[in-house]
Amino acid sequence: MTAVLSRRSLLAAGGGLLVFVAIPGEPARADDVPLPGSLKGTPLLDAWIRIGPDGVITAFTGKAELGQGLKTALIQVIAEQLDIAPARVTLVTADTARTPNEGFTAGSHSMQDSGTALLNAAAQARLLLVETVATDLGVAAETLTVVDGVVHAPGGATHDYGSLAAKLSLHVRAQPGGGLKDPAAYRVMGTSMPRTDIPAKLTGGAAYVQDMHMPGMLHARAVRQPSAGATLLRVDTDAVARMPGVVKVVRDGSYLAVIAEGEWQAIKAMRTLGASAEWQETATLPVQADAPALIRSLPARDIPVLSWTNPAAPAVKRISARYTRPYQMHGAIGPSCALAVSSDDGVTVWTHTQGVFPLRAALAQLLGLPAEKVRCVHVEGSGCYGHNGADDVAADAALIARAVPGRPVRVQWMREQEHTSEPYGPAMAAEATGALDAEGRIVDWDYGVWSNTHNRRPNVGGLLLQNAALPTPLPVPPPEPIPMPEGGGERNSNPIYALTNARVVSHFVPEMPLRVSAMRALGAYLNVFAIESFMDELAIAAGADPVTFRLRHLTDERGRAVVQAAADSFGWGKPAAREPGHGRGFAFARYKNLGAYCAVALNLSVEHETGRIRLGRVVAAVDSGQPINPDGIRNQIEGAMVQAASWTLYEQVRFDRRHIASTDWSGYPIMRFPAAPESVEVHILPRPGQPFLGTGEAGQGPIAAAIANALHDAVGVRLRDLPLSSERVKAAIGV
Amino acid sequence: MIKLTVNGQEHAVDAEPDTPLLYVLRNDLGLNGAKFGCGLGQCGACTVIVDGAAVFSCLTPIALLPGRQVTTIEGLGTEDAPGPVQRAFMTEQAAQCGYCIAGMVMRAQALLAHTPDPSEQEIRDGLNPNLCRCGTHMRILAAVRRAASSLRAAAPTKAAAQ
Repeated sequence: MTAVLSRRSLLAAGGGLLVFVAIPGEPARADDVPLPGSLKGTPLLDAWIRIGPDGVITAFTGKAELGQGLKTALIQVIAEQLDIAPARVTLVTADTARTPNEGFTAGSHSMQDSGTALLNAAAQARLLLVETVATDLGVAAETLTVVDGVVHAPGGATHDYGSLAAKLSLHVRAQPGGGLKDPAAYRVMGTSMPRTDIPAKLTGGAAYVQDMHMPGMLHARAVRQPSAGATLLRVDTDAVARMPGVVKVVRDGSYLAVIAEGEWQAIKAMRTLGASAEWQETATLPVQADAPALIRSLPARDIPVLSWTNPAAPAVKRISARYTRPYQMHGAIGPSCALAVSSDDGVTVWTHTQGVFPLRAALAQLLGLPAEKVRCVHVEGSGCYGHNGADDVAADAALIARAVPGRPVRVQWMREQEHTSEPYGPAMAAEATGALDAEGRIVDWDYGVWSNTHNRRPNVGGLLLQNAALPTPLPVPPPEPIPMPEGGGERNSNPIYALTNARVVSHFVPEMPLRVSAMRALGAYLNVFAIESFMDELAIAAGADPVTFRLRHLTDERGRAVVQAAADSFGWGKPAAREPGHGRGFAFARYKNLGAYCAVALNLSVEHETGRIRLGRVVAAVDSGQPINPDGIRNQIEGAMVQAASWTLYEQVRFDRRHIASTDWSGYPIMRFPAAPESVEVHILPRPGQPFLGTGEAGQGPIAAAIANALHDAVGVRLRDLPLSSERVKAAIGV
Repeated sequence: MIKLTVNGQEHAVDAEPDTPLLYVLRNDLGLNGAKFGCGLGQCGACTVIVDGAAVFSCLTPIALLPGRQVTTIEGLGTEDAPGPVQRAFMTEQAAQCGYCIAGMVMRAQALLAHTPDPSEQEIRDGLNPNLCRCGTHMRILAAVRRAASSLRAAAPTKAAAQ
């Protein structure tokens, strides 16, 4: 009997679920049909759902809660498909010892990957449970109903999941599309269930890795290299070793850290240690103001994104523009933190990484251990918005814990360390040329984007921050682009509009003047800012209303619906009387041209004396496919827009030729409450039964362009270099 | 030993006198609510109330605190019996990652104690010291407005009861 057949018989034992159609000479193989979401890589149902004989339901996801409400949404999916109360689900998240390997929690993929896997796994588990009763009773499965984990038969007999689970194996392969509920019958999915994590966060519960305490736990702090590639020449470790509470000073090449009994003792010892350290440094950084131009000029590998050639009317007007973004930081409010304990058996690390499995591989290399000796357990941290210091602080904890075997070590970065050591969102440049015909239609489009990689997430030891400080560094792999259709720097460089002639090229720049990696929305932030600013410029050149102009070039029906919904909710067709210094702007994108649709309309005013932009009413429309938790979607879109409004108005990493100068919030200002928009509304276009499209990164690009477009509408100047700071606005309006 | 009064309870703490209150709350008293954000008084994640005023616990050495009343978010209520400000934040689902939220609640609590009927501008200015990176600003503002009106609605009853 082959493996396939044995799985079939297992499934048959579970209730005769599968019907195989025999094709002569072509044995049916369920394995050949692609499974949805992360079931592809992890097809066995009990990797996702387990039901104990006591009825306890445990679900597993390889994705991590990043503070976006993922756990609540996944619990809703499981509860809906299993027909149980959400409170009965215990959800275990990313843990190399317990959960499926779902790679990184990134790119608005969690609902598509893990949500889809759990949706199908839960539905099939329910089907197997119901089929078990149907087979036992000799009745059709359709005659049975399930209420909160209890199967009710027509005669009144009941069977709870716990007792049924004892008779049934979920160690079976998932099947494509089996057992899913009709979306019209949803009672939990599609409702705004309150987030399960919020009560603890509002009452001082232990909610974060930063809050973990273990018996015998020590506190440690690293002394970072003051600049990239700095070499430690001398340091007085003896004086620090005698300080109160200090347990040990760790030095390995240029890697330097201190362990103490108390956290404040560790911080004071870190400062003393840092003050006594002498470093050899070199000037490795470019001139800050020139960074996007530098990226534009460095050697690049040209990657064609698209080329469309069709007959078109002659061009009567042609315009060109160039857009840039600076280096920007994730800037978590809570500096990165990790705990580790080292023993002869290996190392366990509690971490807020976005990828426990890749981090395990990287840490194993850095520590010189086999991967199975390293366990990474995800524990929620402060919101990360991409690849920040989470992985690197885990490496600190693991490296330092080796010096005190058996004792848990907690490391949290200082604010300055988070600001200066996290990998930044890359500086980028984009150039667009467009031509209009006499009817005001775009007849030609040429677009190029220049960027470093957007992915230096550590899956090998050489990519961890500490590698460069260690005496024998591991090899550092060369940077690679993320291929389309998702793309890195080229993400969303392909316009969604139906253009007759277009060429788009991604210029991938391998040389990285600053350490960079994934920051929320990746290249989509600049590309959508550029494309949607340029659409506004073309609309003005064509003498057309910006919304009408977009709809003129948009054939995607769901896209058109989102644009229309945002325009209608805002009242775009009924503009208010014009006031000096006041303007309105519109922008739209579909994230990656694969994910959620988001359109934004807003108004703002410009303070003439200072150049300061005041955001007024912000209205968004979004289509994320089947909504799981509408309030969660609204929260994500609000957050994406407010956060990216902060990027757009204020943010750029400052540095001199040697050091990062943005060492704290005064050197890297972000939005504070008085500058928040007057109001934000998010309108969801529900698409029941449609695939999950993700939400977290749909709003960043559109808000940036909508602000730039409204600024132009308000004061008649077009700013194409981010951020749209008050200094730049003031200079442009000539105050 | 330094004597601290936190949420109405006295504690004798064995820590160096320059130790900021934040570390004593988190590591000695097991109170997780106040968070380390910057250690510089720039973000407000560590905000607690001392004698009615919102302070940065990361900048407040414990040597200054004997004889003063410290209140942390744990002193406002529990998951089952949240205080009015906590309840308003729950109702508005005013958190994303939530790391800043305990500090926001404490800042709002102190604000509303002094200014029970704040204007929109007073709320925004009052929250100015506290940073949120997830962009939850609009919900936090809504939660503070909701808390203000629920506290005002409860106030006459409380006065009558007293």
